Amino acid sequence: MTAAARRRAFLTAAPLLAAFLVWGLSGLPPVGDYRGPYGLVLNQVAVAERHATNVVAAVTFDYRGVDTMGEEFILFAAVTGVAILLRAMRGEAERPPEEQARGRRVPGTSNAVRVIGLALLGPVMLFGTYVTAHGHLSPGGGFQGGVVVATGALLVYLSGEYVTLRRLEPESMIDLAESAGAAGYVVVGLSGLVAAGVFLANALPLGRPGTLLSAGTLPVINLTVGLEVASGFVLLLSEFLEQTLVLRGTGSTGAAPDPPGRPPAVPRTPPGGSPDPSGRRR
Amino acid sequence: MTVLLAVVLLLVAAAGTAVVLTRDPLDQAIVASFFGLLLGLAFLVLQAPDVALSQIAVGAVALPLMILLALAKVRRGSR
Repeated sequence: MTAAARRRAFLTAAPLLAAFLVWGLSGLPPVGDYRGPYGLVLNQVAVAERHATNVVAAVTFDYRGVDTMGEEFILFAAVTGVAILLRAMRGEAERPPEEQARGRRVPGTSNAVRVIGLALLGPVMLFGTYVTAHGHLSPGGGFQGGVVVATGALLVYLSGEYVTLRRLEPESMIDLAESAGAAGYVVVGLSGLVAAGVFLANALPLGRPGTLLSAGTLPVINLTVGLEVASGFVLLLSEFLEQTLVLRGTGSTGAAPDPPGRPPAVPRTPPGGSPDPSGRRR
Repeated sequence: MTVLLAVVLLLVAAAGTAVVLTRDPLDQAIVASFFGLLLGLAFLVLQAPDVALSQIAVGAVALPLMILLALAKVRRGSR
């Protein structure tokens, strides 16, 4: 299709689409005008029934807990799929390609990035744990908190500490943590089946509303989801990094020495070997 | 409130257009991250803080990161 024909097709389709969009949007109720009965009912009963001050969490992890379990397993399947895809590719890539051995320059990590990354690590991990643990009290929960915790691993990598990252998170441990998180949700559901005869029944003591240990199974499920999401994202990150960095590492051990004045950001030893601290000190 | 919402929605629209108009994938990942942040802000203004948190974590951090890492891999492989 030529550029002119494409433009003509766009110029005829766009006004039509815009007209339909405006027509549809003009029929929407105004912002804040809620007409479904369920939300109003839940706002009335959730705190009394479940002792959870975050009604959203009460819906996602209790009233609609089975839906959320399905969503969690979607993430689990997606992460597993990516891991399998990247693992298959790694076998192909580990043959050292000739062109990668020569003239590869690895830009060094600046000290500012390194310091800020490491300084942010503690607060970010703490914040992620806080968001996960308080999911039944305030906005947040296992999913949001888990992603925040996983960005901690990203900070470690951004600070140029790839070997540290590998030592912090052996892949088998991450695999185990992800599976444990996914299985934990089902275990909580089954415990409800045993204790109250209904899958995912909120059988734990509900506690006082607004305290950390309240809302029965909600904080437990939040923790398992947080574990699953955090380790799932860390697994994704380390699979991708292994794809790019391991290759980069073998590339720089090749014949070409690094240009002077440019320290390699990545240690020359491949992961698994002993890290060589002298290679990366300035 | 309405004014704030209108401003945020216009910002989201502008950022979304910018994502489409950015042609280099590397730049696009950064612009998409900014778009994710603004979309999170829009959710916050619409009083959906739970969704806003997810949106900021995934849209502004995780998604651009995956794009960047995939780009690094693709470029390394094609050279």
